[in-house]
Amino acid sequence: MSILVLAEHHDGHLAGSTASVVAAARQIVDSSGGDIDLLLAGEDVGAIAEQAARLDGVARVRVADHAVYAHQLAEPLADLLVALADDYSHVLASSSTIGKNVLPRLAALKDVAQLSDVLDVVSADTFKRPIYAGNAIATVQSSDALKVITVRTTAFDAVGENNSAPVEAVATVADNALSTFVGEELAQSERPELGGAQVVISGGRGMGNGENFQLLDGIADKLGAAIGASRAAVDAGFVSNDMQVGQTGKIVAPELYIAVGISGAIQHLAGMKDSKVIVAINKDDEAPIFQVADYGLVGDLFQILPELEQAL
Amino acid sequence: MKILVAVKRVIDYNVKIRVKADHSDVDLTNVKMAMNPFCEIAVEEAVRLKESGEVTEIVVVTVGPKAAQEQLRTALALGADRAIHVETDARVDSLAVAKLLKSVIDDEQPGLTILGKQAIDTDNNQTGQMLAALTGLGQGTFASKVDVKDGTVDVTREIDGGLQTVSLTLPAVVTTDLRLNEPRYAKLPDIMKAKKKPLDTKTPEELGVDIASWVSLVQVETPAERKGGIKVGSVDELVDKLKNEAKVIA
Ligand SMILES: Cc1cc2nc3c(=O)[nH]c(=O)nc-3n(C[C@H](O)[C@H](O)[C@H](O)COP(=O)(O)OP(=O)(O)OC[C@H]3O[C@@H](n4cnc5c(N)ncnc54)[C@H](O)[C@@H]3O)c2cc1C
Repeated sequence: MSILVLAEHHDGHLAGSTASVVAAARQIVDSSGGDIDLLLAGEDVGAIAEQAARLDGVARVRVADHAVYAHQLAEPLADLLVALADDYSHVLASSSTIGKNVLPRLAALKDVAQLSDVLDVVSADTFKRPIYAGNAIATVQSSDALKVITVRTTAFDAVGENNSAPVEAVATVADNALSTFVGEELAQSERPELGGAQVVISGGRGMGNGENFQLLDGIADKLGAAIGASRAAVDAGFVSNDMQVGQTGKIVAPELYIAVGISGAIQHLAGMKDSKVIVAINKDDEAPIFQVADYGLVGDLFQILPELEQAL
Repeated sequence: MKILVAVKRVIDYNVKIRVKADHSDVDLTNVKMAMNPFCEIAVEEAVRLKESGEVTEIVVVTVGPKAAQEQLRTALALGADRAIHVETDARVDSLAVAKLLKSVIDDEQPGLTILGKQAIDTDNNQTGQMLAALTGLGQGTFASKVDVKDGTVDVTREIDGGLQTVSLTLPAVVTTDLRLNEPRYAKLPDIMKAKKKPLDTKTPEELGVDIASWVSLVQVETPAERKGGIKVGSVDELVDKLKNEAKVIA
């Protein structure tokens, strides 16, 4: 039994989430034995392969370096995975927008089910995953020959980086007549990435407008925090979509989550309720967010935020 | 161009679910059901494409129990022209739904198929991708913009880092994200008219699709409830608690 992990990378760097997917893979091989291979697909990914080779528990890094994989389009990536999958009992990826795009396609091409957002490994064929916006946790058992799994990376502690696994090239080149890359608009930020940040401060509709989100900047600077948002704030155009936390946005589980002007709808809670400590700042003392907050502060955010920035 | 829209009947998104006492599943008895919000967005997009002249016919399809015809009627009231109900009471997983939808596509040959990106019950986010795989088509998932051109469609996708635009050869499969559009409400006269629009019923057997699943649901639990904490009276008290009690800031 061996596992293939699809490595994720952005901007020439291995994504931190990959180390958590490897951690999940390790829990599977701990119970069943077998090797963990990493697949790195992209264009000019040599430097990333070196990073990937350092991840503990990885037997080898398989590199598919070709322009067809440059933008991680689902069609060629799934074809590549199909070509490699027969050597493995499990294929794992992060439940990022790349993993969610590619793995179901792989699963269907292999005529097997796909398990989404796995947050606990019970055994090599049994896993726990959230359903109904995380309001229930399902234990599912798969008897498919190949298990195709996306991993909720906030639920697994990243493996260390003391390895030096061999790096091997994969010859397979998928062709792609179905889709072409047109363009990308990526948010530029010096702040830590939402999914991996130790502290997250999020603003909701209560922020009033996009400019007011600057009130969060000073606090985020002091705490080294990532900035998130509710869907209402994104829909209203205050901030960009990549900042949305929730059932259909990003899942975060930082040490500290600060919700500002967010009411606490179940869809928002689904994305942050596994945070270690939750702080809520809201003028409505009945807001449901207070039911999950460790520390609630009732009041006007426009008054509280400057004070908080001062006090830190 | 003909467009196919797939919709799912799910629990209403405002309802807080309960797990059955025997932990076999979630309890859905007497719970308010509705069209999955992402599917409403898919229907709306199809209607807009028809209004702008890109699309000539909208076919809506669902897989589910008899009661799911309600959601088909809703889609018909919103502007779909006819409906196909693949009727089954079984628990059908995403792969089986994708296989059923593939057989509908084989029959109907739509130029474009739109689905919601995920259903808010299982939160799988799989069916559209699987359908694209089975039909050998390109996929534009998590769409926040759909721009139909001559023989291709440009899809702007919501990705973790921002937005990505891809161009797909038609026919293709698109799945909707929340910001693609804001669905309209059905008007009463349209709801009346929808009752007379054609609705075809088929079974998985008639479509020749095996819906057996190799994944079993072992049990369902309620996650550990988070206990509400305390209210603090001031910013200073908050900072003190975070430093000295929770120890999450230095
Ligand atoms: C299918 C589906 C998926 C969804 N997915 C997500 C998701 O992933 N993430 C998500 O967040 N939502 C999601 N939603 C939306 C969700 O249901 C809520 O509508 C949304 O979370 C509300 O955002 P909010 O709390 O910012 O706004 P509101 O609910 O409007 O709350 C604003 C809060 O700000 C407070 N406030 C206002 N002014 C001030 C002030 N001056 N000082 C202090 N407090 C103030 C108010 O008291 C209120 O509590 C989804 C909905 C659907 C249907």
